[in-house]
This record gives sequence, structure tokens and C-alpha cells, in this order.
Amino acid sequence: MKPLLDIEDLRVTFPGRSGSIQAVRGVSLKLGRERLGIVGESGSGKSQTGRAIMGLTPPQATVTAKKMMFNDIDLLTASARQRRSLRGRQMAMILQDPKYSLNPVMTIGRQIIETLQTHESVSRAEARDRALAMLEAVQIREPKRVFDLHPHEVSGGMGQRAMIAMMLVAGPELLIADEPTSALDVTVQLEVLGILDRLVADRGMGLLFISHDLRLVSTFCDRVIVMYAGRIVEELASADLANAQHPYTQGLLNSLPRIGHDRHPLPVLDRKPEWAL
Amino acid sequence: MTAALEVRKLGVEFNGHKALDDVSVSVARGESFGLVGESGSGKSTLLRAVAGLAPVSAGTISIDGRELRRGKRNRAFYREVQMVFQDPYGSLHPRQTIDRALLEPLAIHGFDNTENRIVRALEEVGLGKGFRFRYPHQLSGGQRQRVAIARALVVEPSIVLLDEPTSALDASVQAEILNLLEQTRKDRKLTFVMVSHDLAVVSHMCERLAIMQGGHVVETLPASALADHKFEAAYTKKLFEASEGFQRKVHTEAPA
Amino acid sequence: MSDISSQAPLSWREWLMTERPGSRTQARLGRTYTTWLRFCENKLALIGLAILILLLLTAAFADVLAPYSPYIGNLKDDRLLAPSALHWFGTDDQGRDILSRVIYGSRLTLFVVILVAIIAAPVGLLIGTVSGYAGGWIDAVLMRITDIFLAFPKLVLALAFVAALGPGIENAVLAIAITSWPPYARIARAETLTFRNADYIAAVQLMGASPMRIVLRHIMPLCMPSLIVRVTLDMAGIILTAAGLGFLGLGAQPPLPEWGAMIASGRRFILDQWWVAAAPGAAILVVSLGFNLLGDGLRDALDPKEEGR
Ligand SMILES: Nc1ncnc2c1ncn2[C@@H]1O[C@H](COP(=O)(O)OP(=O)(O)OP(=O)(O)O)[C@@H](O)[C@H]1O
Ligand SMILES: Nc1ncnc2c1ncn2[C@@H]1O[C@H](COP(=O)(O)OP(=O)(O)OP(=O)(O)O)[C@@H](O)[C@H]1O
Ligand SMILES: [Mg+2]
Ligand SMILES: [Mg+2]
Repeated sequence: MKPLLDIEDLRVTFPGRSGSIQAVRGVSLKLGRERLGIVGESGSGKSQTGRAIMGLTPPQATVTAKKMMFNDIDLLTASARQRRSLRGRQMAMILQDPKYSLNPVMTIGRQIIETLQTHESVSRAEARDRALAMLEAVQIREPKRVFDLHPHEVSGGMGQRAMIAMMLVAGPELLIADEPTSALDVTVQLEVLGILDRLVADRGMGLLFISHDLRLVSTFCDRVIVMYAGRIVEELASADLANAQHPYTQGLLNSLPRIGHDRHPLPVLDRKPEWAL
Repeated sequence: MTAALEVRKLGVEFNGHKALDDVSVSVARGESFGLVGESGSGKSTLLRAVAGLAPVSAGTISIDGRELRRGKRNRAFYREVQMVFQDPYGSLHPRQTIDRALLEPLAIHGFDNTENRIVRALEEVGLGKGFRFRYPHQLSGGQRQRVAIARALVVEPSIVLLDEPTSALDASVQAEILNLLEQTRKDRKLTFVMVSHDLAVVSHMCERLAIMQGGHVVETLPASALADHKFEAAYTKKLFEASEGFQRKVHTEAPA
Repeated sequence: MSDISSQAPLSWREWLMTERPGSRTQARLGRTYTTWLRFCENKLALIGLAILILLLLTAAFADVLAPYSPYIGNLKDDRLLAPSALHWFGTDDQGRDILSRVIYGSRLTLFVVILVAIIAAPVGLLIGTVSGYAGGWIDAVLMRITDIFLAFPKLVLALAFVAALGPGIENAVLAIAITSWPPYARIARAETLTFRNADYIAAVQLMGASPMRIVLRHIMPLCMPSLIVRVTLDMAGIILTAAGLGFLGLGAQPPLPEWGAMIASGRRFILDQWWVAAAPGAAILVVSLGFNLLGDGLRDALDPKEEGR
């Protein structure tokens, strides 16, 4: 089957005070209509990979790749206009920092409606209904109340779900979710994952799931990519995560606290310089 | 023995919406107390109410047996009680260096010997001198959270309120921060109130915990009860099951 | 990166640019230096700076630079002469050399612009941030006052003030300052609203900081960049308002070579003797451009986020 997204040797380079910094160093991945997880430590280039696919790389950085195809569209040669029309409608990204990514002086409901109206011509009343339905779908208990709240008036998890609602409202084919559930409690987390899961299973959406929650990724995704210092160090089927080979992945698994295990202090990673080579 | 922090029948309302309703919690001196619960159940609001950042509409809060007057907090209170916020990206001033962030509380409380204190505070959280004059955007999430912890500890409080200190961090950094928090608590005999949505983290860090849902405390347990499955409330059960990971309910189609 | 382990003494540049400064002063100097480097990368901003330095020098050395007296002309032979080798910018209807008047006028322009900027901008900043941070009735009262000022056209309001205070350049400056703070207050308030609920402000409250300390030390610095840009954009408007008052006889009084007043008086001959209005007009244009370019560059340079890592 033809993959939805096909990337080869993606590199993202930032100019720095003392030479350039490569945030992403040769990432290759293929994504079908499935759930692909990316884990890795802070600063390993997970978000920058997602942003590069979306075309949201900061302007000072340069993106290069041997190949970057979305369906039949070559993202490397697509014009800025073409990419803009892709964003939101066909590919969407849930950004990592919900509170930063939401406009602080606009109500949650208005922001969802705006997103909807930039992609479809719908009446105000219909847009409102769909926005409310979307808020309900992401398990917000009182969608009507939250609709009229400003970002600072909602809890961390509500802001994150509002962001998810905003991204899903236009029904994209590819969704890049950057830590979409880090501020949610476990039960809501599972419900939100349930929504994403159904979108993949029923609508055939492709999902790139960036997370640092190993437990979640291993149970939710089909495959997992482990990144370290801008590179993919390991790729596994989720079920095999416990048998990971790379010492980084092993250390990561080992540093999780577990209920009923008394380990004080927790083992921490001893990062080896050769991992970053 | 009087409790270090005693919250009795606390209510908080935002425009008629009850974020907290009749919440009672008592934390002994030197104890580490966990708050777990649904998103939006009022965990952050409870901490903010204690810190005087949320509008209290009913009930009382006492520190060491002294009842706090509603909405009024004096300087002595802020030396006693400090807070680490949920979001390490939003809790540091974007235009102030780490040095400024640590100097400010010292200046407000009139500490002497600020130079040494700042260096010591940074060392304590494992940040070398190289970080002192950086801006927050030059730090990673884990480093920022360390700065936030250093800022809270620099005025030598006895009660620290921690709002999901590690939820934005990856597993290895989480382990480092949790170890750091445990070590400082041991060294300084601090009282912790820690919010988390991760049962494993709370059971690792805390001696007792309260489970919250919809503005209420549904259950208070010793942490050991989690390992022994000794809990009653239906919500606790649900939480416990959910923390095992994602379970696909219906397989609509076989994976391609 | 500078190599700290090497034995050779550090050059001053390495000392400034080090990643791990030893003291607050060193860090501050280093930051100033990187800010300056960042500012220098912006060629347009440098042009702006050059224009303003030129303006300052012109004002300081007007006595030396001006070939003729700015006040006394030769009414008999020299009225309304076109630009020539003798009078580079020509002469006006009083037979005065326009170049000399433009040169002396730079002093007045600087005086007006700087006074307005140092009165109006801080007033607007203070009112806006206090209003936005405090909220409630303080916000309501301050914003209604601002609305009242905004409801009248600037010039009309300035006119009313000058009429009350009496004509003269000092009073004109005061009147312009009194009338130009409301937009700054509005901007500062809008900015304040976007971050007054941020956790980092809550964190300062939790340190026990007083509201005034929070406004002055934590909120104002965040409002500065947009305000700097707005003030520099307003410079041209301020010069022209001063000119308008001058034209109505309420600002700079006739013999004073104020640029706006010069344009006003040149308007009568604009079709036949264009140079009378053109020279001061061009001067206003160049100076406003200078302020704009500088403001833009400053905003970018002052933002620590711009600093490469
Ligand atoms: N604007 C920028 N300028 C310079 N370097 C940057 C910039 N943004 C990101 N980087 C660098 O790119 C690298 C990768 O960052 P990225 O945000 O992709 O990390 P991440 O894997 O998403 O981490 P986290 O789990 O903390 O979100 C980091 O080392 C970071 O320092
Ligand atoms: N300033 C405010 N104005 C209006 N409502 C608010 C405000 N702050 C909090 N709330 C409401 O109070 C409720 C509890 O919020 P709180 O932030 O305490 O949740 P939480 O338990 O910390 O959730 P999370 O785990 O998602 O952070 C939410 O319904 C929220 O909308
Ligand atoms: Mg990221
Ligand atoms: Mg919270």
C-alpha cells in the first residue's frame, strides 16, 4: 500500500552563535493509515520533525530532505500557498503548548469557530453547533460553559482538549499530535485516545503521536520510533518495547515509577556521549 | 499535633461555577500529600486557593493551626508557603534571566547574602553556574522546572505546593526531578502537597493521597492502599485501571 | 564557543561573549554587547540611528553650521529666491535663508519630540498597565478617562489646552503630551491583559511582591517593545501637530524657525515657490523615517528571544 506520508533523510538546521545546530539529523519514516508513536527525550527533535512536516519550522531554520511526500504532493517543492491550504484541512498538528498556542484574549469557542470558518463556508449557527459538538466529543463536561471561557479560565487539561477539538474540527487526513495528552488525567487521556483511535480505524486517518509517556505509546500505537539527539535510534513494534535493544530506550523504561515498587531514588539515565554520534 | 496545612469545607466559585465544593484536607508537618483526580476537578484550584490566588467563597484554610484571613496573605505567609506551577513554559518571566528570577524573592523578603544564596540554590537543583544568566527560552523544559523549584525553595519555605511538577517532562527527566524533590524534602524536612495525574508518580512520592472528582474529594487513602488494591470509590477504581495503559475496546478492523 | 581552559588571557570580546559569565555586571555587559551586535545586523536600523545622530549634531552645532541668521532676512532683495549656490534651499517670504532656518529648527523639533515622548509615553504606560493589571473599578475609571481624551480629535483638544495655558512652544508641547498619551495607555492595557493571568505573574504574586512592584518591574518591561515602536511611529504626527498649532498662532511664535510652522507659512506659495515648504517638509520626512527605522530595530534587538543560541 502506498504510504500517506513518506520522508527520507529529513534535516532541520538552526543557525547558532557558534556554528549551526542540527535539531533533526536524517530522519526517515513512512506513515500509512496507522498510529505511529515517537518517543525520545526533551530536545531530541520530535517537535521539530512534526513542524517540518507541517511547514511550521521557524523562519531562521532550514529544512532539507531527500524525499518528503504527502499523498501525491511533494512537500519539498510545494508553494507556500499550497501548503497553507493543506494545513488544517488535510494535515493538522496539535501543538505541544496548548496555553501558548491559544489566543489569550479570545474565547475558546470563537477560536474553534474561526478555525472552522477559514476552511469551510458554514453559517455562524452551524459553526457554533459543530464547535460545541467537538468540545463534547473531547469529553469536556460543560461544553456550553467552556465555549465562552478564555484560555486562562480553563484547567490545563481543558485547554489541551480545546486545542484538540480545534484541530479535529476540519477533519484532517494526517494528524500530528505533539504531546496531546500530557496535561490530562489518565481517564480522560484514554477517552481522548479513544477518539483518535476511532478516527484512524474508521476514517483512515494517519496519526503521528509524539509523546514522552512510554506506557501510553506502547499500548496505543502500532509502531514506535525512539529518537535521541535528532536521530532515530530504534524502531519497534509497540508490543516489543519491553525488549528494546538500545540502552537509551531501556534506561527510559527503567526510570518510570511503578505502583507497588519501592525504588528510592529512581534510577536515572546515564547518558553516553556515543549515543549522540 | 496541629496539621501544617488544614483545609476545612473549602468552596471556590468562578462566576457561579463551583470549582471546589466542601473540600477538606489535612496535611501533617513533614508529610508528603498527593492530589489525584480528573482534569478540571479543581486540583490546581485547591493549591491556588491555599496560595491566595483563587477566590474562596466558603470554608477555612489554616497553616500550623493559624487560620488565614480570606484573600489576605502577608509576607510571612509567602516565606512559609511556596508553589511550583503546572507549566514550566509559562511560569518563568520571558524577559528576565534566571538570576533575576531568583533575586526577586530574596529582594522582596530582604534576605542578605543574596549572591551566595543564588549560587547555592542553583547548585541544589543541579544547574551549574553557566545557567545563571540565561533567559528561560534558552533552557529545556526540565531545566526550567528546576529553576522554578529553585525559585520556590530559595526563600526557605516549609510547605511547598507542587502542581504537576513533571507532567510536561519526559520519563528520564521526570525521574531526575522526582529524585531532586525527594532529596530536598528529606534534607529540609519540607511538607509537600503534590498534584499529579499519574498514580504511579503519586504513589512513589507521597505517603497519603486524596482522589478528586468534580470539585469534591471522593476518597483519601494511604499510598500503600494503591498497591494492595484497597480502595472503595468507583472513580478510584477507574483511575487505577486507566493507569495500566490504553485498551482498545472494539477492533473494527484488523490492522493492515 | 570561547575556550575557557586555555591559559592565554581572554580578549575583551571573549570576556563579553562568554557563555558562563562570572558576575552580574559581566553578564549585563555581555548582553548589551550582543544586543548591539544584533542591532548592527539590521542595516535599516543603523541608517535610522545615523539620521538621528546627524539631527543631534545639527542641533548642537547649529551656530556653526548655519550660513545666515535664521531670524533676520533681507526683505529688500532676497524675498522668495529659488535655491542657488548662495542660498542652497532658497529663501522665504521674509527674505530669510531656508537652510539656516531648517538647521536651527532641528533644535525645536528635538525639543518638542523628546519632551512629548518623555511625558506622554510613561504616562500612557503607567495608566495602561495599572488599569490592565488592577481590573475592576480602577480599570473602568481609568479607561473612561482615556475614552474622553480619545473622543476629541487630538488637534482640537490640544487647541483647547493651549488656549487655556496661553500660546507658546512650551505650552504647545505640554498640550500635545497631554493629548497623546491615551493611545499608549490603550496599547499598554491590551498587552497587559494578555499576560496578567500568566503563571509567571502569579509566581511573583506568590513571592509576596506588592502590586506596584509587579506592575513596575514585571509588567512594564513586557509592554515596552510595542510602545517603543508606537512612539517612534507617532513622531511624525507629533511634529505635524506642533506645526498645526504653530500655524494657528498657538504654538511656536512667528520668528521661531519651527519646521511645521515653516511649512504652514510656505503653503501660500506652494505652487509658485515650492521650495519654501519643501525643505522643512523633507526634513520632517527624513527625521520621522529615522525614528521609525530606529524603533523597529530597537524592538527586534531588545527581544532576548531573538538571541541565537
Ligand atoms: N528556535 C530555535 N532556535 C534554535 N534552536 C532551536 C529552536 N527551536 C528548537 N531548537 C532546538 O532544536 C532541538 C529539538 O527541539 P524540539 O522542540 O524538536 O525537541 P522535542 O524533542 O520536541 O523536545 P520536548 O520533549 O522538550 O518537546 C532542541 O535541541 C532545541 O534546542
Ligand atoms: N480563573 C478562572 N475563571 C473561571 N473558571 C476557572 C478559573 N480557574 C479555574 N476555573 C475552573 O475551575 C475548574 C477546576 O480547574 P482546575 O485548574 O483546578 O482543574 P485541575 O484539577 O487542576 O485540572 P487539570 O488536571 O486539567 O489541570 C475548571 O472547571 C475550570 O474551568
Ligand atoms: Mg516538543
Ligand atoms: Mg491543573
